[in-house]
Order: sequence, then C-alpha cells, then structure tokens
Amino acid sequence: MSDRAGTGTTPLAVEHEDRPELRHHFADVVQQRNAASLGMWWFLGTEIMFFGGMFCGYLVYRRAYFPEFAAGSKSLSLIAGTVNTAVLICSSLTVALAVRASQLGKRKLLVNLLLATMFFGVCFLGIKGYEWHDEYVHHHVPTFYFNAHDLVTDNPNLHLDPQRTKIFYSLYFALTGVHALHMIVGLGIFSVITFMAWRGRFSPEYHTPIEIAGLYWHFVDIVWIYLFPLLYLIDRRPGA
Amino acid sequence: MATAAVSTERKNYLNAEYGIRSWLLTTDHKRIALLYLLSITFFFFVGGFFALLIRLELLTPAGDLMTADMYNKAFTMHGQIMVFFFLIPSIPAVLGNFLIPMMIGAKDLAFPRINLLSWYIYIAAGALYLYCLATGGVDTGWTFYTPYSSLFSNTHVVEAGLSIFIVGFSSILTGLNFVVTVHRMRAPGMTWSRLPLFVWSHYATSIIMLLGTPVIAITLLLVVLERTLNLGIFDPSRGGDPVLFQHLFWFYSHPAVYIMILPSMAVISEIVPCFSRKRVFGYTFVAASSIAIAAIGFLVWAHHMFVAGISLYSALVFSFLSFLVAVPSAVKVFNWTATMYKGSISFSTPMLYAFGFIGLFTIGGLTGLFLATLGVDVHVHDTYFVIAHFHYVMVGGAVMGYLGGMHFWWPKISGRMYPEGWGRLAAMIVFIGFNLTFFPQFVVGYLGMPRRYWQYPPEFQVYNVLSTAGASILAVGYLLPMVYLLWSLRYGKPAPDNPWQATGLEWKTPSPPPTFNFEETPVVTWEAYEYETMPLPDEVTLER
Repeated sequence: MSDRAGTGTTPLAVEHEDRPELRHHFADVVQQRNAASLGMWWFLGTEIMFFGGMFCGYLVYRRAYFPEFAAGSKSLSLIAGTVNTAVLICSSLTVALAVRASQLGKRKLLVNLLLATMFFGVCFLGIKGYEWHDEYVHHHVPTFYFNAHDLVTDNPNLHLDPQRTKIFYSLYFALTGVHALHMIVGLGIFSVITFMAWRGRFSPEYHTPIEIAGLYWHFVDIVWIYLFPLLYLIDRRPGA
Repeated sequence: MATAAVSTERKNYLNAEYGIRSWLLTTDHKRIALLYLLSITFFFFVGGFFALLIRLELLTPAGDLMTADMYNKAFTMHGQIMVFFFLIPSIPAVLGNFLIPMMIGAKDLAFPRINLLSWYIYIAAGALYLYCLATGGVDTGWTFYTPYSSLFSNTHVVEAGLSIFIVGFSSILTGLNFVVTVHRMRAPGMTWSRLPLFVWSHYATSIIMLLGTPVIAITLLLVVLERTLNLGIFDPSRGGDPVLFQHLFWFYSHPAVYIMILPSMAVISEIVPCFSRKRVFGYTFVAASSIAIAAIGFLVWAHHMFVAGISLYSALVFSFLSFLVAVPSAVKVFNWTATMYKGSISFSTPMLYAFGFIGLFTIGGLTGLFLATLGVDVHVHDTYFVIAHFHYVMVGGAVMGYLGGMHFWWPKISGRMYPEGWGRLAAMIVFIGFNLTFFPQFVVGYLGMPRRYWQYPPEFQVYNVLSTAGASILAVGYLLPMVYLLWSLRYGKPAPDNPWQATGLEWKTPSPPPTFNFEETPVVTWEAYEYETMPLPDEVTLER
C-alpha cells in the first residue's frame, strides 16, 4: 500500500498501443476473440428462446387446428418460398467464403463476398415483400380487412372455421415478420463490416467481427430453414 | 497506510475524469454501476409511491381514496415498476456490475460498451414507462393476462408492454456480459472452485436472464401485436388460448423470481462468512445449489396456474417440481447457518440485514411450499396469502440482500464509511416495519381476503391497519439509508482499503478503486473465504 502514493498521476493501464484493435481490458487477442465468440453463441441461445415462444404457440395451434393450418399453408406461394430458401442458402455460402477470405487476408474478395451476401439478403426481403403484398391483396393479413372465406370455399369438405385460419395467418406474419426484422438488422451489421473491410480494418490476425457477424447471419438462415417447412409444407399432398 | 492527504489526490474511478460526458459516455463498469444505482433508486421510489397509495386505500374497508379503476392502475404500476425496473436490475446491475470484474481479477467486463448500451436501453424503456404512467397508466395487473390485456383494457397496455419488452434486452445484455466475463476474464489461478460465491450466484442468475427473458419478450410482443395489428393468437373468440399466454408468461416470470433472489443469496454468501470470521460451510454445495436453482427454476412455472384449468396430471408434476426447487434453497440456508455456528459473529449493519434475509427468506420459502401444495393452493390462490408470500421473498429476501450488500460494499464504492449506529437502527426499522406490513397479510389472506380489490369486508380492517402502519415504518427504514449514505459521501470517515478484513480480490484494491481496478493482474493461489488467515477488523466490534 505504500506504493500507492506514486501512482497518483500515471494511468494504471492504457490501451495496447501496438495493437489498436485489442481493447485495454483483454490480455491478448486470443482472449478477446474467445470472449466475442462466446458472447455471440450465448446471444444466439437467447434468440432460440425468443423464436421458441412463437414456435411453441405454433406447435399448440397446429395440433389443435390442423385442417385450418394445412389450408392456410397451401395458400402460400410454394415457388416464392422455395426460391427464398435457395437465396438464403446461397447467402450462407458467401458468408462462409467471406470468413475464409478474411482469414487469408484477401481484402477485395472479402468485400465482394460481403456485398454478394447483402445482395442475396435484399433479394430475400424483396421476394418476401412481394409475397406479403400478395397476401394483402387476398385479404389474408389479419390487420387489414381479413377475410379467409376463399379458403373455406376452396376446401368445402374440410368445414374450416375462418376465425381459426386467422390464427395461422397471425403466426405466419409474426414469425416471418420477426425473421425479416432479423434480416434487416443483419443487413445493417453487414453494411458496417463491409465498410470496415473496404477500409482494410481486417487481417488474418484480426477478423473477429466478420466471424461473429457470420454466426448471426447463419443463425437467421437456420431460422428460415425451419420456417419454410413449418409454414409452407404443412400438407402439400396432391388432392389433400 | 496512505495518509488522508495522499488518498484524496490519488486517482480513482470517481475523480479520474469530471463532467457529465465522462459519466454518460463511460465504459467503466464501476461508473455504469453507479448510473444504474441512481436510476433504480429513482424507480424504487416511484414504485414505492404506488405502494403507499395502495396501503392508504386499504386503510379503510370502503373504497374512499381511489376509484376502482385507479386502484387497478396503482397495483399494476407498483408491480411492474418494482419487478422490471427495480428488483431485476437491482443487485446484478449495481453490485454485480461493480464487483464481478474485481472479484475475478479483471479490468472490466468482457464487453464494456455493451454494458453501457444496456444502461441506455434501461433508460429508454424507463422513459417509455414514465410516458405510459404520465398519460394514464395501465391496469392489467403486472401479469398482462389475456384476453383482458389484449382485447378489453382501455389503458396504455401497448406502451407498458413495449417498455418491458425493451427493458428485457437490458437484462439480456447484462447477463450475456456476466456469463462471458466469468468464462473468459478470470485472472490466472482464479479457478471455478476458487470463485467467490457471489460470482457463482450471479453466473446462475445470468443464465436465467439469458434463457428466460427472450420468452417474455416475444410473449409481450405478441400481446402488443394483438392489440395494434389485431393478430389473434391469444384471443379465445378465434380459437386462441389465453392459457398459452399464461404458460409463456410464467416460463419467464417464475424464473424471474430467481433472478431477484439469487443475487441476494450471492450477497448473503459474502456477508455471512465475513462477519462470522469463518470459511463458508460447504462451498461446493452452496455453489452448486445456485446452478440447481437456476435449472429447476425453469421447470416449475405452471404452479401459478393450478386453478387456470391445466390438467390434474401436469399440476401434480409441477407441484412435485416446486417442492424440489426448495431443496437447493434450503441447502443455502442451512449452510449459512452452519457457517455462523461457532463463528466470531459481529452484529454489524450488513450482518443484521443478512440475519433478516435468512429469517424472512425462510418464511417466504416455506409458505411457497404451502402454495405448491395443490389442495392448499386452491384455498389461498389469489388471496393476500400469496401477496405476503412473494413479498417475503422479494422484499424480505431480495431487498434485504440489496441493502445489506449496499452497506457491505459502500466503503469500496464511495471510499467512505457510513455511520454504523444509524445503519443498525435502519436495519432494525426495516425488519420491524417489514414484518408488521406483511405478516398480517398471511393471516388476512388465509381468512379469505382476495388480492387486487380496493374494498373489503370490515372484519378485515384490523389486519389492514396493522399492514399500513408497518408500511409507513418500512418507508422510514428505506429513507434513512438514503439520507445517511448520501451524508457519508461528504462527512463519512474515509474508508480503508479493507474495512471488514474480508477476503476477496475486490478488497485488495484501494477504496475507491482506480479505473482499471488492478495495477497488475493478480495471480490467485488461495481458496475463497480463507478467514482463518485474516486479521480481525478494526472497524467492527465483536459481540459474542
């Protein structure tokens, strides 16, 4: 305690001057990267729980009101859903290649791959927006003049309850809406890291932001991989 | 020992920088802890104001002070503010934020900027809630039960729901920071079996925050969407199921009780060994019981719904699991008691709060078992018995722990000693006021007085008068520490580095600590709570 008087003026710790990307409270780059990566994995855990609430509701109502869910599912555009699934899988590929490019220090390739990812992301949102518009035109959006009597007349032998189909569409819009929100957040994150990559901020030694942003993007893709069969493919048997 | 003149010049986290910017843009976990301290204290008094309104209304059997509608809003906003804006952030965001990096020998939390972000999220949510309050408030009860909240209530459910949705992210980010910090930022030699129990308990709390909070976030979002966009997920007129809402709500909100109580247990686990001058009894069991509470705590939620029409078989299972979660809580209580056995106990202020905690939490926990019993629950469900039970846990437990912790670490936080005599007096007043407020509610609840009514039959009045009298004593007990802790900032005796001769790395730093906590990263070669090697403190007198 006697040495305390001498430390009155000099700061006790400073940023690592030789490594601007290494924050002061980490001992080394490995610790920093491990912390960031663990943080993102846990965050994705919270995201699973976040979507889990809606998936739980989906499970309960799909079991209770299966005919309504099947009919609602059949009214969705199978082509748009399939194309969107393919688009997202492509974007996951470009993200994986981008992480590799950053590890190899190929700046130009990295920027191009990140731009390609964002392009696929925008394509996905465009197609999704087109689908939503289509559902709006058919009065299938719960908010605006909802009317599902076309489903009832299309499936006369199922005796559907139009009110219950509204639950399917409520869940459909809640799930795809929250997923789209995550895509938009992802595009924002990717704009930032693309800019950073373009400025040459990443190197084979330091590319943590690309890795953890990539984890996030993959997660949002995986959510869609579950949403697609659960919403679009409930009962597509011919004649069902 | 440094002289007083030197220690006033020494740079610490409080005088390293000045000005409002240096606070609002700080990434120092200790400064963020103080930002949280100010904001949760503000909300504590807002929530307390509503408690006062409730108690005043219930002083007489007639509904004379408030209308029924206003009373509904008063208890709703009392509950929501106290739970979401005070209790859940209280110990983790203030004491946990301040202490966890220091206890494990780190310079800061793993993500200092996210830590600051979580405070701003809290403030944004708080501002939205205050807006909701100022424009007329909300009357759904803190539980937001559908379909009342989604279809019928004409109050500001959307604002309140969104604000609690937002404040959840503050909690998630705090939990994320703690988990990663405990995993990745420990000093060399600080193994898991050497972690202070404070850290273990906060680790368990953080896991609940991470896995539970997102579920209430999406649930409240669905209620908000149901009101604004007319989705129909919980609307029975379209085949929606309000009980599903209750499942989703309690999946978070029961573990949320453990978010409130585990950090208090964390504080007690530090105070009891220190003021008994003994190593904590059964370290491994106390640490593991925190994790067990977090794990089993996720499996008991439906005991809130025994009368909501769930099947008898699932009610049986949830009843059994609710009994099971009492086991790790009891392990803690027994171990604290065993720690005190044959210890050199001193009745300092933090220890008085610890005694209060152990007694009141035991009552709160045991009455929880009454409620977990299916038959008894049918009798006392939605009565004041339930109110008394959870206030014994959340006020008698969580708030006692919070106050004990604030006193215990106040010398470290502020660099000043609080006046010990006033501290003990306030602890006694809080204990007496608390019991006078809430014990009569057990009786009146058992006699059948339902919760959430602004009128009641005259034969219940004597219990309600006792309760209101107790609440005013309790208010004095809460205001006193406010006054003398603020007083001590200026007039208190400068605190030595380790006034209680406590173990733990946070006491090896100066009081108040420098911005980066440690001049060099400590290397830990000892177990936690080695009180046999510590000298007796000058600051406390031993009274066997």
